[in-house]
Amino acid sequence: MRNAKQRMPETLALQSNAERRRPPRILPRIHVETRKLTLRYGPHVAFRDITLPIRQGEITAIVGPSGCGKSSFLACLNRLTDLFTDCHVTGSATLVGEELVGTEIDLTSLRRRVGMIFQKPNPFPLTIRRNLELPLREHAVSDRHEVQSRMEEVLRAVGLWDEVHARLDTPALRLSGGQQQRLCIARALVLRPEVLLLDEPCSALDPISSGVVEDLIHRLRETYTLVIVTHNLAQARRIADHVALFWVKDGAGHLAEHSRCRDFFESPKCELTAAYVRGARG
Amino acid sequence: MRESRTDRLLELACWCSAFMVLAIAGWILFDVMGHGFRRVDLNFLLGSPIDAGRQGGIAPILVSTVLILGVCMTVAVPIGVGAAVALSEYGSEGRRATRLIRASLDVLAGIPSIVFGLFGNALFCRALGMGFSIASGGLTLACMALPLVIRSTEEGLRSVPVEYRHAAAALGMSRTSTLVHLLLPAATPGLLVGLVLGIGRALAETAALLFTSGYVSRWPTSIFDSGRTLSVHIYDLSMNVPGGDGNSHASALVLVALLIGINLTASLMANVWLRRRIRT
Amino acid sequence: MNRNRKTDQLLGVLVKGCAILAGTLLLLVILYLVHESLPLLRTTGAGRLLTDSAWRPTSGQFGLWPMIAGTLTVTAGALLLATPIGLLSALFCRCYAPRPLGKLLRRILELLAGLPSVVYGFWGLVVLVPLIARIRPPGASVLAGILVVAIMVLPTIALLVDAALESVPADYSRGAAALGMTRWGALRGVILPAASSGIFTAVLLATARALGETMAALMVCGNVVRTPESLLDPVRTLTANIALEMAYAMDLHRSSLFATGLLLALIVTGLVALAEVLSPEGIDA
Repeated sequence: MRNAKQRMPETLALQSNAERRRPPRILPRIHVETRKLTLRYGPHVAFRDITLPIRQGEITAIVGPSGCGKSSFLACLNRLTDLFTDCHVTGSATLVGEELVGTEIDLTSLRRRVGMIFQKPNPFPLTIRRNLELPLREHAVSDRHEVQSRMEEVLRAVGLWDEVHARLDTPALRLSGGQQQRLCIARALVLRPEVLLLDEPCSALDPISSGVVEDLIHRLRETYTLVIVTHNLAQARRIADHVALFWVKDGAGHLAEHSRCRDFFESPKCELTAAYVRGARG
Repeated sequence: MRESRTDRLLELACWCSAFMVLAIAGWILFDVMGHGFRRVDLNFLLGSPIDAGRQGGIAPILVSTVLILGVCMTVAVPIGVGAAVALSEYGSEGRRATRLIRASLDVLAGIPSIVFGLFGNALFCRALGMGFSIASGGLTLACMALPLVIRSTEEGLRSVPVEYRHAAAALGMSRTSTLVHLLLPAATPGLLVGLVLGIGRALAETAALLFTSGYVSRWPTSIFDSGRTLSVHIYDLSMNVPGGDGNSHASALVLVALLIGINLTASLMANVWLRRRIRT
Repeated sequence: MNRNRKTDQLLGVLVKGCAILAGTLLLLVILYLVHESLPLLRTTGAGRLLTDSAWRPTSGQFGLWPMIAGTLTVTAGALLLATPIGLLSALFCRCYAPRPLGKLLRRILELLAGLPSVVYGFWGLVVLVPLIARIRPPGASVLAGILVVAIMVLPTIALLVDAALESVPADYSRGAAALGMTRWGALRGVILPAASSGIFTAVLLATARALGETMAALMVCGNVVRTPESLLDPVRTLTANIALEMAYAMDLHRSSLFATGLLLALIVTGLVALAEVLSPEGIDA
């Protein structure tokens, strides 16, 4: 726990407070890594043998057709799979060397370190303020000034502060879809995570909000390690550093290709990727 | 064209049945209301029964009724809510046990009230030594209301979108605070509707109370006194007290009015809740 | 964080305890009934209890047959009356009624379903029984019981069937209409079969309710222990028997009343289990 705290990046992207010093990079280059990760729902294999290193401070995009286990893969990385019925994970997934699969780790601190954003914006049916307060209280941050300053910090980071600071006590569900999604990102950031998992964060939004959220995600790299599942190849091309293609083989998802963004789109290693990028498959 | 004649006939039959239902409902309600109306006044509501209930009012009976309902709900609601939380939130941990408990609750909901009366008499009155008392009656009713409370709480919990649970888990929130801060507030309207319906069911109950809470129509001094509810009072006046019909009618009117009030409250609450869910 | 985990564990134990308590309540009820009726079952035996027609508790004869016959007659009669009317009123609500009227009828049915049985019994006692007494005194009879219990279970049937019809996708009836089927044709061919398990469940639950009905039967059936021969004979049902004699029953007599309760509980358990098996997603009554 203590170590985790030390490793935690202390700053947030775009914070107003520019004097804050960025701590020296003490994180290893590989931040999250899976080895032969396999997930089954009952007898049905969702994906099999996925070995994927995720580098620190980069955006890794996961693309591929529907039903190839992309979202389930994300859920393995913060153990949200524990909530799914009949879900069995084997293989290995590590967060800076710490094994996540099948271990008795402290889920609360894991999820504090690894935040998650869902496809459909899901702010709690509470006020904007309570949405941000609740996770902080949960993680024993209860000092009023601390809460207040963190709230402002993350709302500024997601570009919501100017829009909502005057109505923090109105229900979060009255915000527009794009604002709700940015609030959800702020809610994840307020815990100062290291890794952010994003499960098609733009697909439920209109094009303009989608653009705003995409820009926001792009600004968050460097400070956070981001893993984003997306259906939108153009989006992956715009923001990702690495791209992983999942594909269905024998009824289960597997990793077809993993390479630098540029290589992925311009000189793909496998046929499948080339066809997928051209729009011929998937 | 034979088909269309059957069609016509069926429609006619439907109208007739519907008319019959309305007529019977009207008959019963007007009979009870019409005869009772002239006798219900403040003296009736605030007075004690005189001459075995032929004269006087129903105040101590109303008090006993409220006390019995109070005991019933104080016991049934916490246990019911707890059980509903276990069934809907922890259900996946022991699926066979969950199914078994659900099935047993379904059966429990169908057990005749007189059988609950027997059970209550044997357990609360005799084995636990509470005798014919408000406490025994309330506890017996709690057993009967439990399935209803559990079902409506579960309904309320089920109406909370799974996204909230995922979001809470992804933020590292503990189960307890997810439940306290998110699930229970969202499920409260459903719980309240269930509570109101449970009170209605308990208020209507007679058979289970005949030999658990007893017949005494005096002012109760504690919950270990015997006391009769409004419905037992109606039964006693009409069957065992010659010439008690007048006050029996009046008590029936009070009981039906209370139940209609409760019914309306529940449906109003359900409506408001539904509208709010659509809006958000 | 450790404290959180402890609270979580405590909460889990607490709510599971509640669930187990609620789940074992049925078992407890049945165990108590068995425990209390054992003395009688040991001396008289279940067979004689069910088939013997002499009920003289003071001289140690415990035959339930007249009461069983009474209960069965009243239940069967009530269901025969209530099922078609309930079914038709549900159809009326769903298919034939102008919207406000359908809504009104549903409201009224809900109201009737919530009325206390003692009010039905009282109404039967002061209205129906005198009417029947004009045909043949004393009026308190099988017929009165059938009518009152039928009125009581009618809303149960109508509301459950209505819910079953509601769950039939609207596409079905629209599809049938698009094929040029008459309304009756659509009902018989498409909608009723789709709702059939729900309808059957409704009838089963109504049966359970009619069997267990105490107050109405107690107040209008006359309560004479005799196997009924005509509709105008007075009769005593199993439930009324318990209610009437429990107040002063001792020893074996008391035990026989618990045995009666056990019989009722077991029949209802069977009916509900049957309904559970037949309906795809459990009962939502």
